[in-house]
Amino acid sequence: MARLTINGRSVSLEVADDMPLLWAIRDYIGLTGTKYGCGASLCGACTVHVDGKATRSCITPIASVDGSDVTTIEGLSSGGDHPVQLAWVAEDAPQCGFCQSGQIMQAAALLADNPDPSDEEIDKAMKGNLCRCGTYNQIRAAIKHAARANMAGNDGEEVSV
Amino acid sequence: MTTRRQFLKVSAAVGGGLLVGFRLGAPETAMAAEGGDDSTDAAGVFQPNAWVEMHPDGRTMLTISGSEMGQGAMTVIPMMIAEELDLPWGAFDTRFAPADEAYSNPALGAQVTGGSATVRGFYSTLREVGAATREMLMQAAANRWGVPISELRTEPGVVLHVATGRQAEYKTLVGDAAGLEPPENVFTKDRADFRIIGKPMKRLDSPQKVNGQAEFGMDVRPGNVLMASVERCPVFGGKLKSVETGKARKSANVEDVIELDHGVAVLARDWWSADQARKKLWIEWDEGELADLDDEGIDAQFREGVKKDARPARTEGRGAGALGSEENTLSATYRVPYLAHTTMEPMNATASVTDTGVTVWVPTQAPGSVQQVAAEIAGVSPEQVTVHTTFLGGGFGRRFETDFVREAVTLSKQAGRPVKVIYSRPDDVQHDFYRPAAYNELSATLGDDGMPVTWVHRIAGPSIWSRVAPGMVKDGIDPAAVEGAADHPYQIDNIAVSYANIDPGIPVGFWRSVGHSQNAYIVESFLDELARRAEIDPVEYRRRLLKADSRHIGVLERAAQMAGWGGDLPEGQAQGVALAESFGSYCAEVAQVSIENGKPRVHKVFCAIDCGIAVNPAGVERQIHSSIAYGLTAALSGQITIKNGRVQQQNFHNYPALSIDQMPEVEVSIVDSGQPPGGVGEPGLPPLAPAVVNALAVLTGKPVRSLPIKLG
Repeated sequence: MARLTINGRSVSLEVADDMPLLWAIRDYIGLTGTKYGCGASLCGACTVHVDGKATRSCITPIASVDGSDVTTIEGLSSGGDHPVQLAWVAEDAPQCGFCQSGQIMQAAALLADNPDPSDEEIDKAMKGNLCRCGTYNQIRAAIKHAARANMAGNDGEEVSV
Repeated sequence: MTTRRQFLKVSAAVGGGLLVGFRLGAPETAMAAEGGDDSTDAAGVFQPNAWVEMHPDGRTMLTISGSEMGQGAMTVIPMMIAEELDLPWGAFDTRFAPADEAYSNPALGAQVTGGSATVRGFYSTLREVGAATREMLMQAAANRWGVPISELRTEPGVVLHVATGRQAEYKTLVGDAAGLEPPENVFTKDRADFRIIGKPMKRLDSPQKVNGQAEFGMDVRPGNVLMASVERCPVFGGKLKSVETGKARKSANVEDVIELDHGVAVLARDWWSADQARKKLWIEWDEGELADLDDEGIDAQFREGVKKDARPARTEGRGAGALGSEENTLSATYRVPYLAHTTMEPMNATASVTDTGVTVWVPTQAPGSVQQVAAEIAGVSPEQVTVHTTFLGGGFGRRFETDFVREAVTLSKQAGRPVKVIYSRPDDVQHDFYRPAAYNELSATLGDDGMPVTWVHRIAGPSIWSRVAPGMVKDGIDPAAVEGAADHPYQIDNIAVSYANIDPGIPVGFWRSVGHSQNAYIVESFLDELARRAEIDPVEYRRRLLKADSRHIGVLERAAQMAGWGGDLPEGQAQGVALAESFGSYCAEVAQVSIENGKPRVHKVFCAIDCGIAVNPAGVERQIHSSIAYGLTAALSGQITIKNGRVQQQNFHNYPALSIDQMPEVEVSIVDSGQPPGGVGEPGLPPLAPAVVNALAVLTGKPVRSLPIKLG
């Protein structure tokens, strides 16, 4: 049994201690925005925040997050209006979209730590999040877009002077 | 396509528009499966065809007659309808089409999403759909106002009578329009009058793809569903001999264990429990005939086959008999491996078989095939099968197949409950329908000017169509195996291209750009070998071999210009060029490459594409990025290897995918030929690998004659 807070809601789960957080979230809590892509921390599709840190839920035993505060894509914002989400839409980033929950959670954690990441810092933080549609250049643009928005306190659209 | 053309009798160009005969699939059949929308009195609903449903309260529902797998069908299909209907952009909802022949892609003759055919197949049909719907709304206004329809025009969402200043919003006309017959002929707009087509439109599905709400096949969860993980025979073609299920059955949350011909399924309350319990099965397999197959054996079959079984695919002039003296002839052997698709969303399907029929929820590129397969397994008629196509977490050709549907329907039938089958990533890698491996022998004789006078290309490899639709294979030639090789555009006096259909038994299927994915690499790399031998610039070499003023030349020159071809480059970098025509589009790419730590590093790709009218230029650009990433993954690391009849790769650690730090900068230029739309989802892929290896050859002096690229 594990107790945790997920997207601000307290839940207790009667599941095996070694059940990965991913499957507890998907099959017991019923939130399906967090995706299964590899089951081995190789693709990043399952990324959630555990106490604010980007975490691969597919290899995180539920027992290890007992008492933790977990945020999934559904809890990142109330209306899909987190700066990273807005930037993703503004830059037209998704294609199939399956990896994007994980990409967005990873990017949101990156920007929380580093509000103005360089290209190298974006590479380092994001290279574990795979996208088979090849949206990487749009993801990079969206991260910079969100960084501008955060710093300027606006929507991050580029202003020509 | 022919049948479509037959009734699209272009009668006359009037007032700048195009007058075409108009006839479309029966909407009542199409919508019955979805149950329509019962929130409004059906009497007031205007449903003139299988795509458009307009309600008096102003709501409009458009049906998306192609699967959304990332390529942008959900955005580009409404663009084509809304353009001609003069519908305000975004003032509509969308739904995915049920399985119904009404939604067959005219370019493919089936309800299939693939072959880069969504726009090129539906371009005429959907504009007619929009135009006919608009005309019926105008007729309703004409009747109401007692004026001839010729005096009316529309602005987005409104019919106007200019002479009297009267206007009516569409929603006030839908009730009247519902009582009208569709017009016999409709006018479609002149390109100059387009408001939507040709404008870069943002994707309509982004909001739900950034907040976790987009429903993929994996996310569907009908009540009482059991989650299944299936252990399949690791050897292709192998069967289950016996299984000891006791430990798996006793495992936590497991509800059932079901034996299949080719494997054993564990069904549990959650997928992880099913997958864990699966490891406790004791299985004995009948491994079948392929138990000793390995890569060396496959290559030996190809090498022997190319000598003994090659059949002519194209012969020009004196063919291979024209090969000249050894010193003027260059010969090379090129190989490509089997490739898995690894869509980000692993294969899955959810089925519910009941006394009255079957419901399937599935990310599929072929809803009609799903319906047929489910009906066959459940023993019901296709009309009793409802197919809900969800969002697809990638397709790339893998989701033409129905292996996962077969399993889900079989298991639901036996379990008596809804069942969801999810492939683990290793299942997905090891039980794919792979891009065929191929073995190629090439020879070319050069004339005194260094240009080829004879081109000989012998191919050996498995055939996709032999399994999928054997009728497509004529005189031993699978068109998918030789596309891009037999029909390359280079004007050479003597050409002999031949193909030996050699099937080692590894299942093969459609993989993004199909035969072009390997043949462009082989043709364009060998062509660069000839250019180097002749000491002629590769762009100039191609220009001399292509028809003057061809669309090929158009994209080649644009790409060279974009890349500053022949100009200065940063230290250690080189450029390579390649060209390919596929799926009705022409695409040239220049890759700028260096070698870092003994490995290729692609810095930038310049791409020029002539895809005719680019309906959504933003979508075109994204699909080029996507094709480059998919092609580069394959070129750098894609390789399925076989040992003891088994695939040796399991997951992204040994079947890697490109990551963000490896993604090149991409610059796209759309060459506007004004021709009807060509395909876009695939044509960016074929030139990528040859452009990269041609650049590497400049750096190393050596050609790259097999993929994935291994230097040194």
